[in-house]
Amino acid sequence: MSETQGYLDMDLLRFTTAGSVDDGKSTLIGRLLYDSKAIFEDQLEAVERSSIQRGDENINLALLTDGLRAEREQGITIDVAYRYFATPRRKFIIADTPGHIQYTRNMVTGASTANLAIILVDARHGVIEQTCRHAFIASLLRIQHIVVAVNKMDLVDWQEDVFRRIKHDFEQFASRLENLVEVTFIPMSALNGDNVVDKSKNMPWYMGPPLLYHLETVYIGAQENHVDPRFPVQWVIRPQSDKYHDFRGYAGRVAGGVFKKGDDVTILPSGFSTKVKEVVTYEGPLEEVFAPLSVTLTLEDEIDISRGDMIVKPHNQPHVSQDIDAMICWFSDSTKLHPKGKYVLRHTTKEVKAVVQEVRYKVNINNLHKIEGDPNFSLNEIGRISLRTSSPLFFDSYRRNRNTGSFILIDAGSNETVAAGMIL
Amino acid sequence: MQSYTTTHLKQLEAEAIFVLRETAAQFEKPAMLFSGGKDSIVMAHLARKAFFPARLPFPLVHIDTGHNFEETMTYRDWFVEDVGARLVVGSVQASIDKGTAVEEKGPTASRNRLQTVTLLETIEEHGFDAALGGGRRDEEKARAKERFFSHRDEFGQWDPKNQRPELWNIFNGRKHHGEHFRVFPLSNWTEMDVWQYIKQEEIPLPSLYFAHERDVFDRAGTLLAMTDFITLQNGESPRKIQVRFRTIGDATCTGAVLSGADTVDKIIEEVAAARQTERGTRADDRRSETAMEDRKKEGYF
Repeated sequence: MSETQGYLDMDLLRFTTAGSVDDGKSTLIGRLLYDSKAIFEDQLEAVERSSIQRGDENINLALLTDGLRAEREQGITIDVAYRYFATPRRKFIIADTPGHIQYTRNMVTGASTANLAIILVDARHGVIEQTCRHAFIASLLRIQHIVVAVNKMDLVDWQEDVFRRIKHDFEQFASRLENLVEVTFIPMSALNGDNVVDKSKNMPWYMGPPLLYHLETVYIGAQENHVDPRFPVQWVIRPQSDKYHDFRGYAGRVAGGVFKKGDDVTILPSGFSTKVKEVVTYEGPLEEVFAPLSVTLTLEDEIDISRGDMIVKPHNQPHVSQDIDAMICWFSDSTKLHPKGKYVLRHTTKEVKAVVQEVRYKVNINNLHKIEGDPNFSLNEIGRISLRTSSPLFFDSYRRNRNTGSFILIDAGSNETVAAGMIL
Repeated sequence: MQSYTTTHLKQLEAEAIFVLRETAAQFEKPAMLFSGGKDSIVMAHLARKAFFPARLPFPLVHIDTGHNFEETMTYRDWFVEDVGARLVVGSVQASIDKGTAVEEKGPTASRNRLQTVTLLETIEEHGFDAALGGGRRDEEKARAKERFFSHRDEFGQWDPKNQRPELWNIFNGRKHHGEHFRVFPLSNWTEMDVWQYIKQEEIPLPSLYFAHERDVFDRAGTLLAMTDFITLQNGESPRKIQVRFRTIGDATCTGAVLSGADTVDKIIEEVAAARQTERGTRADDRRSETAMEDRKKEGYF
């Protein structure tokens, strides 16, 4: 009983993994899943069968994560894949992001919901351009914790010097980035399992914990903003039943801060003020609610409120503006960003039209140099633009709140998501 | 400052409720697929929470192969009544009678694949533009690449290589006329999460999930139940043993497992110790390495 009860109290860590094809990323994930017993016998047997059929020498753990036919045939990973495992301490969600052509796009996607990123470095090659790119994206998406996994230590004779040099090189580069809260370096060999789940016997000079222990214990409490109350209205609940005749509730997920029964609140964009009458849930009313929970709020006064409006506190309001400055990452391989282009912009529960006012610069993500005078963004390109929207957005900077500082751009013709944006 | 923490189940619940409300808000005519299996029961339970105190703003849709366990049907009718939802039934038999679906031949014939035809016909007939499903990414490797909001073209097909990126919790449900979406609020749940949630919320389940005595026989490593829809082949003989089902689907392809787990707590212990995936009991997934991907591309659940 105590075991099943304990599971109900677990918390959740979402992490993303970044590395190129040959860094052993799939092997590392396969190892984590395998050693934490998240891989089942029938899955392993299926992988064994496929490995033999493909003529692989060892069991190819990459086949556990590469599920699509084309991936298995070509030996590549196409899309972000999500993997799950749990230890008695925590439940984990891995966003496994592949390299290749859509690399940046995939990593940005995986990083958008992650609390931690594992960046793989091949001990033989050290910190390369790609490592810098990964670190930059992690910093741009404001991932609070980075693990630099120095892999394939077996191929450099487990030398401490090699590890020290890579640590030094990475720290040099990272000092030019904002936002990286904590970087942890772990030497390992994913293939042999050294420092993945169990501490390596081959590197007695390494005093830190193995990867899994670090993932289980790293502090992730600061991920949500619990300071600035933000409640984007998602759906208006009007039961139209006899019992709840006059009920009018505003359903949504708290995007920041805390709301308590009786709190003074302001509604945007109307600016009307009222009080929180009740925090409604199926189980009964709550005294307070905080990010990231989904609830329904009822208010003391009858005010016209609809989807896309935001409930905030009178003395802590977000920016309200039709002009926004943002870093964007371009996602489309079929169209480019047009310097005066019009797009559909989705921000919290609101959808507006947006026109590009100015392209400030693009960033060369390998060396962080700014590129000016080249306004067309193509796939994977990152840069700073300003937009004007058809009606005001209620936003915070992405740095302050991921939920109210992020948006996507949609091509109105194809309906494809063409860019991800982080408000400055 | 006070610290505000949440358990993983609370986070998964908040995420699923958010997705359910987005579906109601972004689509004209959504529907929720309901099989009577534990995942769709949990999904419908979450929908009840999402829209409380109002009723569900969409109907429940059951794609009926005609090869049902009696217990599933009893549960379905009770549940629909209890939630106060509208039920839409899409009948595979009706598709066969019309000639749009062709029954498989041979002793291992199953109506599993035919469900796709009936599902797409039901979606078209009622003009549904979003179908909520209980699929989870941990179930199967092709599902691991699935989105919360999964786009389907005008033929109901899934193109895994050309999916919309999904960032933060912003979902893009825009579509052209004739296209629809499949939406999976339980994407990030595992089998264990589902069971823990069932325990926490005390959600009643069909009796099939709990250990009981039943006549079963072994077919290619799967323990199938004796039903009116199955013809025994040479060498197959039924025996009465204690089993339960880890998944509930078409009676002709859903295998039972030997089990004495007759309470949710015992099932949780069993799931924690299990060395086979739950879909390991599904003959439909065993047909080939990419059986699920192939069916999903055609428009399967």
